[in-house]
Amino acid sequence: MHPISTVHYLVLSAALLLIGTVGVLTRRNVVIILMSIELILNAVNINLVAFSHSWHGPQGQIFAIFVITDAVAEAAVGLGILIALFRNKETVLADEIDLLKW
Amino acid sequence: MLTETILFYLFAILVLGGGILTITRRNAIHSAISLIVSLMGVAGLYLLQQAEFLFVVQIIIYIGGIMLLFLFVIMLVNLDQAAKERQFNRQWLIAVAAVAAVAVEIAYFLFKGKNAFQIASDVAGTVADSVGNTEVVADSLFREYLLPFEIASLLLLVAVVGSVVMAKKRI
Repeated sequence: MHPISTVHYLVLSAALLLIGTVGVLTRRNVVIILMSIELILNAVNINLVAFSHSWHGPQGQIFAIFVITDAVAEAAVGLGILIALFRNKETVLADEIDLLKW
Repeated sequence: MLTETILFYLFAILVLGGGILTITRRNAIHSAISLIVSLMGVAGLYLLQQAEFLFVVQIIIYIGGIMLLFLFVIMLVNLDQAAKERQFNRQWLIAVAAVAAVAVEIAYFLFKGKNAFQIASDVAGTVADSVGNTEVVADSLFREYLLPFEIASLLLLVAVVGSVVMAKKRI
């Protein structure tokens, strides 16, 4: 049996990234689109930690901490926007928010 | 070695299964629960790669903080109407085709470059063994990465102010 190498983690991270991308592109519910963005950011973090482990340095983990910080900021602002949107338009479906569409 | 392999595949199933359930469920609460399962799988992967500090951060910040925020917003926003309607866009076929193209691209490059990644992933007795992961991360974070750390705190301040401004009725 193969030992687990960095490539295993890279393949897993790529698969998670693609799942998240499918979620962002196909779902109509804005809450689930935001959750899919969290999936994408986690895929990036798996990648960073895998390389950090492979190179025996903390730099990848530090970068992962910054990515988590960004994820927190993004979730807070995104959900705030969602609440403001729901108050004004009474919908959370992304394709019904077409005020700027011609 | 065998335990590590079994644990890796266990966590990989958690991560991918949770992710797939997250993007296919009709009910947003079920999606959130699936996302929590997926995030716990990611936390397990961090532990498997000796990133103990990130493991704890993942549990506390992601599962304890962000997912709680999501659940609060799901309860605050009325999603019953949205759950009854169509769940996917009309152009979902194009989206899936585009993602499949990207998947082929990534798979090609991973396959082509996989020999470059075989370096030293399982060397026992690394430098950090005697010090501990949290200490190494803290040393690096407060020495080389002090300026980005401070900028990150500024970003969080902006995010707090921004979300309050967005969510409040009258300022």
